[in-house]
Parts: sequence; C-alpha cells; structure tokens
Amino acid sequence: MKQNSAAVEQLLSAHRDQVLAEWQAELTASGGGRALPSEVRETGELLNTVLAGVRANGSTENFDDAPWSGVRTALAQLSASRAAQGSTAADTSRFVLALKKPLFSGLQRVFADQPALLVDALWEVSALLDNMAQYTVTAYQRSREDIIARQQQELLELSTPVVKLWDGVLAVPMIGTLDSGRTQLVMEALLQRIVETGSALAIIDITGVPTVDTLVAQHLLKTVTAIRLMGADAIISGIRPQIAQTIVHLGIDLEGITTKASLADALAVALKRAGFVVAKARTAGQGPA
Amino acid sequence: MTTRIPILRMGRTLLVTIQVDLQDQTALALQDDLANRIQDTGATGVLIDISALEIVDSFIGRMLAGISSIAKVLGATSVVVGMQPAVAITLVELGLSLHGVRTALNVERGMALLREADAALDGDADADAGDEGIDGSFGAALREAGR
Repeated sequence: MKQNSAAVEQLLSAHRDQVLAEWQAELTASGGGRALPSEVRETGELLNTVLAGVRANGSTENFDDAPWSGVRTALAQLSASRAAQGSTAADTSRFVLALKKPLFSGLQRVFADQPALLVDALWEVSALLDNMAQYTVTAYQRSREDIIARQQQELLELSTPVVKLWDGVLAVPMIGTLDSGRTQLVMEALLQRIVETGSALAIIDITGVPTVDTLVAQHLLKTVTAIRLMGADAIISGIRPQIAQTIVHLGIDLEGITTKASLADALAVALKRAGFVVAKARTAGQGPA
Repeated sequence: MTTRIPILRMGRTLLVTIQVDLQDQTALALQDDLANRIQDTGATGVLIDISALEIVDSFIGRMLAGISSIAKVLGATSVVVGMQPAVAITLVELGLSLHGVRTALNVERGMALLREADAALDGDADADAGDEGIDGSFGAALREAGR
C-alpha cells in the first residue's frame, strides 16, 4: 500500500465517526436544517465502501478498476434513487463533494506535523472525491435517460391502440407525429390484429396527426401496402381540410387508396362493402310517449 | 435434387401450399411446374397459400409477382393468401408492393375471390361476344374451346 493511501486508510479507520459526523453536519448545513434519515444511512454506507476501496489498494488514478467497484455500485444506486425522486444533478454531486471538507480537516489534524505526507494524502483524497462526484453525475444522467426512454416507450404503446369497430372492421386512431418508429409499431400491431380477427378492412384515422409531409405520407403508404399484401384493405380517414391541401400541394400520390374525411364516413363505407344496411328503427317524433 | 412443391387440382382451380422455406431453385421449379399445369389442365384460378412461409427475400417476392403475371398471361386468375405480418412488412421494406397480385386473408376468402373472378370472366366473355357481333354459335364454340 502506498504511503498516502495508508494515511487515508489510517484516518478513515481511526476517525471514521468524526468524519461521518462532520460530513452529516455539512449536509445538514447545505440542505436547509435537517439531515434526512436516508442521507444518514447513505453517508455511513458510502464511507464504508470508500474505506474498503482504499484498503483494497485502489489507485485514485484508475477509478474504473476493481477495488472501487463497491463505491461505484453505491454511487449508482444513490444517483438512481435521487433521479427518481427528482433531485437535480448538482444536488446529487454536492452530496459527495460535501465529504471533501471533513476529510481535509481530518487529515490536517492527524498529519499536521508531516507536511509532505499531508500534501500527498490531500491530493489523493481530492482526486478520489472528484472521481466519485463525476461518476455520480454520469450515473445520474444515465438513470434519467433510462426514465426518459421508458416513458417514450410507454407513450408509444399508449398512443397506438387497435380497436375493433365492427365485425371485420378494425380502426387505428393515430395520435401525434408519425415517425418511422411509430409507423413500424402501428403496422405490426395492426397486421397482427388483422390475422387474429380475420378482419378484411382496416381504417387508419389520422385526425390526431398534426402535420402530414412527404415522409409521413410515405409511412402511411407503406402501411396500406402491407395491409393489402396480407389480403385486407385499408381506408385512411380523418383528413382535415388543411392536410388535404398539403397533400395536394406536395404532389403526394394517394391514388388507389380510399380516403374519407371522417371516421364516420369510413365506417359507412366499410358497412356498405360488408353488405350491411343501417336504418333507423323509428322516425324521430314517433318514439314512445 | 431440389424439393418440389406439390400442385393440387380442385375443379378449375390449382392449389399450391408452400409449407417449407423456399429455396431459389424450388421457387424456380414451382414457377415452371405451375405454368405447365395451367396449360395442361386449363385452370382458371390459382391459389397460393403462403401462411407457413416465414422468411422471404427479394427473390421470392419477385417470384410471387412473376407467378401472378404468368398465370394472367395463361388466362388464369391467381390469388396469394395467408401472408404473415412479418412477411408483409419485409416485402414493403424491400420496396416490393406486388402490384397486380391479388391477396386474401385465408384460403376460404381466396377461393371466394377466385369464384367471383371466374363468374366475372364468364360474364365478360358473353358481353364481348355480343359486342363484337360474333354470332351465337361461334361465340359458344370459342368459349367451349377456351375450356
């Protein structure tokens, strides 16, 4: 074990409680008055993992090495829980950096009479804590990105339900911008349902699609082509006046695809093709008294 | 030795059920066999069931389109039935929309489609005979020869 690591180890094992108390005091001061019970527990656990890392002869220059794995795990958990609770990245790294002052003053107290060793040990501790803080921020960011990715996935699944409108008629109300990922998901879900239900007609309702450009139109055409390949037919409904104008101005060719202004119109076409006739049971005004 | 896909005859319709993953050679042999069988039997409909087909490439896609065109040239209507969603998506991504190929969800609907096409064809033949002023007996003989 290097001399400066030994110094840190000596400090942490002999004066652990004092360092811990100072760290918690530091957190309490910066955190608006009181330390949370979870923070108290986290500080204790983190200090133990740091001590284990120092004892395992970890070099602060290689924070990714095996001796620090315990510290890394603890920091990752800490960051993940902070991210889930909605703390900022700055708060999360401040939690780690608050350990700097207690360690510095602790080293000063113990090695005041050995200036050379003191400087080395200070550098060691400083480098270690910087690494830890950096790792915390990275881990925090990663867990935030995980959360975003999961929410995106949930949003995708939420916004593309395939509903059965009538016997043999399916409908997909599309909501939101159509990108290739969405189209793929809708296409798969729709084709699967067509197989399951044996429906001969699918209505794609684009009322909730804010804009239609050439790319979106291409995605729609792909979906319709796939539906036709399966042996079913498709109607595109919910084309708003502005969108109809955009489609014409862009010169998008929707030839061969039945399009309707509203879902009701599309359903009427579907019923007519299936041979159904919809009629009122009684005329208005002749209802039961 | 390449495997050959059996072609079954049912009335005026030929049935082809593809139960194995198609090799290029098998597909070519099928195209060949089918053309010969349409010629021999005078079939008016061809039904190709690909519900067990899991993997397609651009070659198989083109072959499906090719079979339809060949059948059309030989005077038969063809319908491809039971395409799996994954296969449909693959073909679309490959840019093969199989224009001119009739499709149906399952064998039952495919047969119904062929019957309709057959009936329409008979109707057309009668109408054509009338339009062009071919006399009745000659038209009938033509139709007879056609079958």
